[in-house]
Amino acid sequence: MNTLSIFLWLKSGLVNILPTCMTFLFVLIGYLPWPISFFAEIVPAFAIISLYYWVVFRPDLIPYFVVFGLGILQDAISGAPFGLHAIVYLVVRALVVNQRRFIIGKPFWVFWVAFGLVSFIAGLLSWCLASLYRGALLPTDAPLIALIMTVTLFPLIAWILLQVQRKIVGTMGA
Amino acid sequence: MIKRGSKVTVIGLALPIRIWAQRFALLGFLSLSFALVIFSRSDWTGIQQFRVTIVDTVSPILYVLNQPVEALSNATNAVEGFFSIYTDNQRLREENARLLQWVHEARRLGLENATLRAQLAYVPDKRTHFVTARVVADTGGTFFQSILINAGAREYVRLGQAVVWHGGLVGRIVEVGERTSRVLLMIDINSRIPVMIQSTGDRAILKGNNSSQPRLEFLPGNSPISPGDWVVTSGHGGVYPPGIAVGAVSQISDGVITLQPMVEWSKLSQAIILDFGVNGIIPPPERLPASSKLLKK
Repeated sequence: MNTLSIFLWLKSGLVNILPTCMTFLFVLIGYLPWPISFFAEIVPAFAIISLYYWVVFRPDLIPYFVVFGLGILQDAISGAPFGLHAIVYLVVRALVVNQRRFIIGKPFWVFWVAFGLVSFIAGLLSWCLASLYRGALLPTDAPLIALIMTVTLFPLIAWILLQVQRKIVGTMGA
Repeated sequence: MIKRGSKVTVIGLALPIRIWAQRFALLGFLSLSFALVIFSRSDWTGIQQFRVTIVDTVSPILYVLNQPVEALSNATNAVEGFFSIYTDNQRLREENARLLQWVHEARRLGLENATLRAQLAYVPDKRTHFVTARVVADTGGTFFQSILINAGAREYVRLGQAVVWHGGLVGRIVEVGERTSRVLLMIDINSRIPVMIQSTGDRAILKGNNSSQPRLEFLPGNSPISPGDWVVTSGHGGVYPPGIAVGAVSQISDGVITLQPMVEWSKLSQAIILDFGVNGIIPPPERLPASSKLLKK
């Protein structure tokens, strides 16, 4: 194996883990102490946007074990019981992988509306699991605002991810 | 011909195997996740250990990511400060005049106290130690109200210690890693704090409800409470030391008393961990194998 082939192999490896790294960063960004009043309560679910985007366009780079790992990482940071976010992310991946053929090649609003539905299901599932775990009906106003924030910010984050995909990651099979 | 036939068979087999593997992966990881959720409910220290290890590992990245956020926060404060220089100056002058009177009063009381203590052979309280740490993650999302701070066992942070900022109660330490700790905020649904109305001395329990306005419960029915009354920790139960300001009564309606915490959550960039030498309902570290291991490092 010569130097060039090692370089190409390394490059493709790094490119392939980029969607995972970006989703990981989005998980962390969601937990930064932003100096904005009540922002922590209604912080958008950045990681769901990244997960949805990559599962639609490059599901081969976000396999189930990666999704599980990201969920566990988020559980560790957020103080949630281990497995809670992992369940939500696994369900999101399964759902999106099965429906991606109805999203790819369609106008942007279809992509956006589908994301709205996916994030609603993810939010509802998180709320149900967290309420069950804590043995009380948790407030619904803050998660609803967080959901609206997530869906509103989707085009911006999706645009950033699109640039990364076009310039670095490429399409499936490319 | 045989070769081509065998190739077709291999490809034909590979696809269903792959599909099965994917289905198994989903079912397998989902089952594992549910098992972990159930395990998390138990007090198994292995889970806690795993959590603090992950948080300790990730905390340097969080710290780096925090730098632009901190710069933004500093810039916002600078702009805010610039526009309020005049009013701030006026307020500080008045406050300074008032505080100077208190200095004289404090000196007089200090002397009086020293004289009385000498007469009674009084055994003084332990000195309070404290550690100031930076908030590296605000996990006060919608379901679990906690923050991560960049001080851990190596800074002698221990389970159960009270955390304050700007004189107001923030919460208590519930997880201790080597370089990070988790603080359960007083507004979390699992938080119960024995408190006291400062003006009347009536005791109550402050119950978190995952909103920014926790509720006061078990207050005596005849308590003459009114909005604006200060609430402090009572020290009962031994978890929190007495006298830490918690907040002020904000609303009383239909028997529901809500409290406005003293701490401004959005401005919580740092926190002070107090060591009053009380262990309370949380067992001392030596009785927790995982924690003791962390603390000995």
